Amino acid sequence: MSTKTNSPITNLLDGLSNGARYLRDKFEAFEGDRLGQIGLLILATFIFIGIFARPITIEFLNITIPGIAPYDPNERAVGGRLEPPSSAHLLGTTHLGRDVFSQLIAGTRVTLIVGSLAAFMAVFIGTNVGLVSAYFGGWVDDVLMRITDIAYSVPFLPFAIVMVAIIGSSIVNIIVAIVLILWRSTARVIRSQVLSHKQRPYVESAEAIGASHIRIMYLHILPNVLPLAFLYAAFAVGWAVIAEASLSFLGFGDPAMLSWGEMIFNVYTADAIREAWWWVFPPGIAIMLFVMSVFFIGRTLEKVVNPELRHKE
Amino acid sequence: MSLLEITDLKTYYRANGGWVRATDGVSLSVDRGETVGLVGESGSGKTTLAKSIIRLFPKNAEIIDGSINYDGTEITELTDRQLRKQIRWSEISMIPQNAMNGFDPVYTVGSQIVEVIRYHEDGTSKKEARKRARELFNELGIEPDRIDDYPHQFSGGMAQRAMIALALCLSPNIILADEPTTALDVVIQDRILETIKEKQREIDSAMIMITHDMSVVSETCDRIAVVYGGRVVEIADAETIIMNPRHPYTLGLRNAFPDISDEDKDLISIPGTPPDLVDPEEGCRFAPRCPFATEECWEVTPEAEDYGDGHMVECHRADEVEYLQEEAAKKETWMEQKIGQPDETTPEVTSDD
Repeated sequence: MSTKTNSPITNLLDGLSNGARYLRDKFEAFEGDRLGQIGLLILATFIFIGIFARPITIEFLNITIPGIAPYDPNERAVGGRLEPPSSAHLLGTTHLGRDVFSQLIAGTRVTLIVGSLAAFMAVFIGTNVGLVSAYFGGWVDDVLMRITDIAYSVPFLPFAIVMVAIIGSSIVNIIVAIVLILWRSTARVIRSQVLSHKQRPYVESAEAIGASHIRIMYLHILPNVLPLAFLYAAFAVGWAVIAEASLSFLGFGDPAMLSWGEMIFNVYTADAIREAWWWVFPPGIAIMLFVMSVFFIGRTLEKVVNPELRHKE
Repeated sequence: MSLLEITDLKTYYRANGGWVRATDGVSLSVDRGETVGLVGESGSGKTTLAKSIIRLFPKNAEIIDGSINYDGTEITELTDRQLRKQIRWSEISMIPQNAMNGFDPVYTVGSQIVEVIRYHEDGTSKKEARKRARELFNELGIEPDRIDDYPHQFSGGMAQRAMIALALCLSPNIILADEPTTALDVVIQDRILETIKEKQREIDSAMIMITHDMSVVSETCDRIAVVYGGRVVEIADAETIIMNPRHPYTLGLRNAFPDISDEDKDLISIPGTPPDLVDPEEGCRFAPRCPFATEECWEVTPEAEDYGDGHMVECHRADEVEYLQEEAAKKETWMEQKIGQPDETTPEVTSDD
């Protein structure tokens, strides 16, 4: 008996790769959609900057890829205090003489980490909750959906502030706080989609064939609702970044990881917000551009999920 | 002993506090290699009956009573897991009504067939399974290379063939065909039916064919069970049901289908609607629509009676077969009857105008 070739894991991987292929087919939605293309371009730029922000040393190859940031963002007095932009400091300096441009570049990494991790986890939880809830129905559905309702009733900022105040403000805790709030919308939308899919004949066929519940849920229904989960992931990235910026601006950010939100917080606490425009605008514009790019992408992905949008111009 | 022996099966649906008696005390046996047709109107419970055999029904349905014995295994007592591993598809497979939607749209048709083969047969390699899928496609008249296509790239007839390939890939002992040709045009219908019959003979499996089309059953089935209101009201070999039925419902059903040899024959439909199956009262279920209903029909549920050669009829007046057949052939008999219980209606009032 060679269960190795037929294990649930290989099957799941097979299923996921099929789903990925399906998604790739759907990427043609970006063709001829200017906003979506711009979104992809901006996002790609941010990802590139994020990866190469700081020098990367690959030990076993003994090479160091130089970082994009010209200075160490945390080093003080690389320039004078509150210097306006110059050729040495493209975006001026902070009140402690740190280089704003370097801070902006380094902040990209934090934004990417928070955005992608929080969105992935939130959509992962939300998709599973929605899938299980809709598929099994009955009391399982009731319990899971009441929990979702409770999550819906919690206001984000007070919740996140209290949580971060209690368990400490590290980047992980911030992500957890965001995820705990963000999964709810995905759960509801996926649930409604699964409710419709589980009535379709192919699910009954799978049942007649002898497929187990897990198999039907994850191999048959999930790939069918994956585009929707993908759409919600794109939007979740945007929300997560805004949420992180809000928290950081309020002073609950991770002190060890400088994010865009925290930069604005620093300007504010340094009382320089009125004069140091070169310190205020770059992080603000960066947040705006990043969130805008993911929403553009999300908007294009929405056409995949909702074909009605394709023909309206 | 028959391959499949259903005894006094009761499958009910819970609905609004009551039970919908979709299958209410049905007994039926199927022999190896035999084709049994289930005929009846929509909502008569024929699909529920067939799906009960592999316990494929929604959560609100339940087998209340009765037994389903498949080759010595009591299906009503199996756990879900045993049912999945031992019975479903490997022993009893199904051809669904609408093949187009029967396939998962995100996988290729071939990969779904391969998946089924490998799910039920440990140790079959992907290559072998694929080879078998290709062979099946070839035998069923589809280009073998099409196994890499997605379901939406298939035409209706092809999807149905592919579904048949899926149903046959494990050489099951029983095939449940749930109106396999309803969604197809007449020309394709005939070819598909032929294909099914041919393959069925080849692997010597039994088949339960669900349909509301008399012409389909008369062509394909050895025996026919007429289902009405959750009960098998008449069962006999195909020829007897077509030529010499005894139950008024079968007579009515026969009238409702065109006969090519008799050009002048008018089609006569049975007035009224199928009965409400929520907690039905005593009495024959067909009585409200039956032109021959007597008081007894309203009060006593008829028992099945044997008229020889396994011809079972549930009707109090089945003995008056000649009278029934003669009267049932006239249109007036059906058109002029009153629908509903006699004592609910006022006594007949003759009117001059």
